[in-house]
Amino acid sequence: MLFVWFWLVAIMIAGYVVLDGFDLGAGILHLVIAKTDQERRTVIRTVGPVWDGNEVWLLAGGGTLYFAFPLLYASAFSGFYLPLMIVLWLLILRGIGIELRMHLNSPVWRGLFDGCFAISSLLLTVFYGAALGNVVRGVPLQKDGYFFLPLWTNWNVGPQPGVLDWYTVIAGVVALVALTLHGAHYVAFKTSGELNTRARRVAGVLWPVLVLVTAASLVATLSIRPQLLANYRSYPVLYLVPAAVVAGLAAMFFYRRKGNDLGAFLSSCVYLVFMLVGAAAAVYPNLLVSTTDPALNITVENAHTGPYSLQVGLIFWGIGMAIAAGYFVFVYRMFRGKVGAASEGSGYL
Amino acid sequence: MEDTLLIHRLHFAFTVTFHYLFPQLTMGLAPLIVVMKTMALRTQNDIYNQASRFWAKIFGITFIMGVVTGIPMEFQFGTNWSQFARLTGGVIGQPLVMEGVFAFFLESAFLGLFLYGEKRLSPKGHWWAGFLVFAGSWLSGFFIIVTDAWMQHPVAFERLADGQFQVISFWGLLMNPWALLQYAHNMIGAVITGTFVMAAVGAYYILQGKFVEYGRVFLRVGVTGGVIACILAVFPTGDLHGKMLAKYQPVTTAAMEGLFKSETGAPIVILGQPDEEHEKIDNPLVVNKTLSFLIYGTTAAEVKGLNEFPKDQWPTNIPLLYYSYHIMAGLGSIFVAVMGISAFLLWRRKLYESRWILWIVMLCAPLPYVANTAGWMTAEIGRQPWLVYGLMRTSEGFSKYVHAGNGLFTLLGFMGLYTVLAILFLYLVHHEVEHGPEPGAEGVLRTNQPMWH
Repeated sequence: MLFVWFWLVAIMIAGYVVLDGFDLGAGILHLVIAKTDQERRTVIRTVGPVWDGNEVWLLAGGGTLYFAFPLLYASAFSGFYLPLMIVLWLLILRGIGIELRMHLNSPVWRGLFDGCFAISSLLLTVFYGAALGNVVRGVPLQKDGYFFLPLWTNWNVGPQPGVLDWYTVIAGVVALVALTLHGAHYVAFKTSGELNTRARRVAGVLWPVLVLVTAASLVATLSIRPQLLANYRSYPVLYLVPAAVVAGLAAMFFYRRKGNDLGAFLSSCVYLVFMLVGAAAAVYPNLLVSTTDPALNITVENAHTGPYSLQVGLIFWGIGMAIAAGYFVFVYRMFRGKVGAASEGSGYL
Repeated sequence: MEDTLLIHRLHFAFTVTFHYLFPQLTMGLAPLIVVMKTMALRTQNDIYNQASRFWAKIFGITFIMGVVTGIPMEFQFGTNWSQFARLTGGVIGQPLVMEGVFAFFLESAFLGLFLYGEKRLSPKGHWWAGFLVFAGSWLSGFFIIVTDAWMQHPVAFERLADGQFQVISFWGLLMNPWALLQYAHNMIGAVITGTFVMAAVGAYYILQGKFVEYGRVFLRVGVTGGVIACILAVFPTGDLHGKMLAKYQPVTTAAMEGLFKSETGAPIVILGQPDEEHEKIDNPLVVNKTLSFLIYGTTAAEVKGLNEFPKDQWPTNIPLLYYSYHIMAGLGSIFVAVMGISAFLLWRRKLYESRWILWIVMLCAPLPYVANTAGWMTAEIGRQPWLVYGLMRTSEGFSKYVHAGNGLFTLLGFMGLYTVLAILFLYLVHHEVEHGPEPGAEGVLRTNQPMWH
């Protein structure tokens, strides 16, 4: 049961990263590849009808985490207080930037909204990556299950680190590059003409960078926490996960060379999902490790909610997510196809 | 310690109060838009479609404000109230995750289709998109009320040895009698906001002499819905809520009524200033025996005053609680009068010419916001000093490692950001109202934008 809920939370997080990841990436590229107002509207139209639904995965994922592992939620959310608050502010600016842009027809206002969208998207990916880096690295958990991390201390990975240190910054950079590339593939897939060309060009530049930072992050991770390989040693079948990551990276390269934007985008999804699965498989059954004493680790065993809740939850959560998946299929079908071809006055559809 | 608690309380109070300014309008407008879309389908008169489109724009701006200010709410259970989150997660985790998977996905999936998908859907299909957004927003409200109702009136739980609360009945939690009544009262409050805003825009258009046809539609829908909602807010929902409160939180009833000493045939205080030190009401304007009658149905009943309860169980801010409740109840009464008169004039076909009442309706637009806010303040200040009524004190719930300096830093950040949002919101809504609902009035530049309109 605990194993199941661990993976349900992981699925929600992976769902969030893959889905909101592409609209975050599109946001980062917004100012880079879209020059005219027409192009910028096109970029926003590629994500406009779906970004809010994608972001709900964050809320539903947070809710799932809270429901299943209340101690983890209480500890992590108060311990990562400052970065989470900054994330909230960025999410606010980003939502405003996307949705209010079209209500005011003025280049200055639109420039402001575009800037909000792009900058908040960029910073969010860095924070998300750093957050994952914090989970992998561990935090100074105390006996009562709580901790508090300043934004930074001495930038070293020690027993009293900050949210940002050299390791989590690497994780942030990996997330930035991976999601920007993810967004580039998505924009290329959803647009045609000049925008498509530019998005592909960006993808071409970013791919080798991603290979490089992915490898660097792997080396860095194993150097700070070699014990993460324990699960892999016990269950060698898990080595298929990093193999899938490599396959995703390779497929991205080949599909882009062939001009298959959808293939490249789906390969990017594979890459992201298996990066996260790989991390989750490495940390299980820990949810948050202590940098000071392994006995203080928050694990699925000591953080979960009551057995009745977990059982009932499996039913209603399963029903709810099945229906939600139906909405997603429906909405993505409604908005399928390239967005550039819309006729005048057809709304953003 | 005291400071830290205060900062965390202000943090939640400020962000949730600001947040709820938006959902009350979207939840109130959603059924009205569905009504107008139904009228469009029934009568085939395009004015109702056009009116729906206009309100959908206001809805869209309000909705995004509600979304971005709502996300911090779910986070703050963990960030600022971690001990509360930890101990009660076994209970309130359920409605909160249900809100995510059942309500948020529904709303977000159909909002885009509703706002911008009219041309891609059939009229019936678009009606369904609107209806599902309405259903999603009301469902979302339900799960939040279930959460709050459990804090007000904990049911369906057991307490473990380490202090954790654990739910023992899925349906018992969802069907908490407190939740059902609070939900009814709250949603009617939201409809009051929606109807007043719609009627006020209608009144404004008629008084201005522009978009008059639309002004009449807005007034007709707003006043008809408004009079029903205003009455339902008082009776039965408000009445039953008051009785329930007197039964389960008698000390709160005493504090909000300003009843310091138990009394047989207790009066109701209409106006007056509570003096906590001398335990009396200054300059009282009272109606004799009414409070006993309202709570127990007989003027002879005894109502317990604050003197019956130990001071450590008194709500921590009695004057603010007293005023919140009196503002809510006073405005509620005024709303019944304003909407009642308007509905009467509408029925006699004199409303559109009666400029004096149009002025009043227009100027009343901000008041439902005040009343809804005051109502929530009554509920939440009245719950003090408890987080979980009778079981867990507010002072036990906050994140003790998030010190006052960090809390104040982010509180100030939210204040600044929300000030900008408020200005932006008012500016954009003003912009849309001035623009008006007429087709073709979109301006040259607007028609050149194929995407978002």
